Amino acid sequence: MSLSTTFYNTFVKRNSVYVTSIFAGAFAFGIGFDVGVSKLWDSWNRGKQWKDIRHNYVQGAGEDEVVHKGP
Amino acid sequence: MLQRLPAATLNKTGAFSAAHASPLRTAQRFGSQARFASSSTASPNPFQSLVYSRATLASATLLATGSIAWYTHLYGNLPFIGEVHASSPGEVGLHPAAYPWSHKGWLDSFDHASIRRGFTVYKEVCAACHSLDRIAWRNLVGVSHTADEVKVMAEEVEYTDGPNDQGEMFQRPGKLSDYLPRPYPNDEAARASNQGALPPDLSLIIKARHGGADYLFSLLTGYVDPPAGVEVREGMNYNPYFPGGAISMPRVLFDDLVEYDDGTPATTSQMAKDLTTFLSWAAEPEHDERKKIGIKAVILFSTLTALSIYVKRFKWAVIKNRKIVYNPPADKTH
Repeated sequence: MSLSTTFYNTFVKRNSVYVTSIFAGAFAFGIGFDVGVSKLWDSWNRGKQWKDIRHNYVQGAGEDEVVHKGP
Repeated sequence: MLQRLPAATLNKTGAFSAAHASPLRTAQRFGSQARFASSSTASPNPFQSLVYSRATLASATLLATGSIAWYTHLYGNLPFIGEVHASSPGEVGLHPAAYPWSHKGWLDSFDHASIRRGFTVYKEVCAACHSLDRIAWRNLVGVSHTADEVKVMAEEVEYTDGPNDQGEMFQRPGKLSDYLPRPYPNDEAARASNQGALPPDLSLIIKARHGGADYLFSLLTGYVDPPAGVEVREGMNYNPYFPGGAISMPRVLFDDLVEYDDGTPATTSQMAKDLTTFLSWAAEPEHDERKKIGIKAVILFSTLTALSIYVKRFKWAVIKNRKIVYNPPADKTH
């Protein structure tokens, strides 16, 4: 059985499976893409962002410190 | 048309007619030359054919227009043509050099340590005269300071609030949601305290000035003695980067004026750089997020473009490759 046939039988044959896999795939791609770009951004800007220097200024244990995102 | 003229006239008409030689005319010449090829006389000597060749004409034209364009690009006006300006270049201010800002590249975020140092400079130096109306204390949280630090700074400032249940305004210490305090209650008070000159609000100054960050850095570090022949009025200062050259603000940044809490030596240029970075952030707080979204957009849209080009070519392949054959009906009369 060729790859395309396997693909068809697994994902496309039943519409419920097809739609579900499209939605799940979009969700997974969205998260993966965000994580990937963030990794690239963080490694490119290593040491420049607030989260890289924040530990210098947090006083005490800082466990109840709320991490604020940008404005 | 050119080939009908005697060869010598080509010398005189030179580059001018070459500049007007259109592709259409070139095509015509090809055709007519081919037509008259058999009727032409003996071939000219190789030097003449080199001089009169279209390639020579084209390259000479290219050289001429190219060098004029290059000159114009370099010096801003056409060569040998004088220009008269109502103002001298000095009156629009010296053009600032382009500096390698830490946030200049397409993928570069702000240097937040620099923003933090720049806020120190603003607070201790600039805030004496300049407001920063559009930045609230809360904007600093998560950018250059922790929430606790900002709360402490805000509480040091008294804000008017109210009315209370007696209908009166009252003073209270600042909160995170308050905006940074103004040095003067209004613009008139600011003018009155600065010999008529209004210190501009710095929130958007990087966007509001031609040259942006480069201009601001050059201005802050560019104070010099006026050159010979330039008179600066009493109370004004000479700065070549300021349009007109005379600026009301004196030089304010001197070495070791402030003390950075991260131990960076506070030289004049360091302070100017940090302040400029801070004000770049103030003018564009969305900068980091914008560039990050930009990366995503470029990746996604270039993928989609490549995909759509592929699909188009795929779908059109059938149409582009088809062959239309006409089979005339067989003549059945014979």
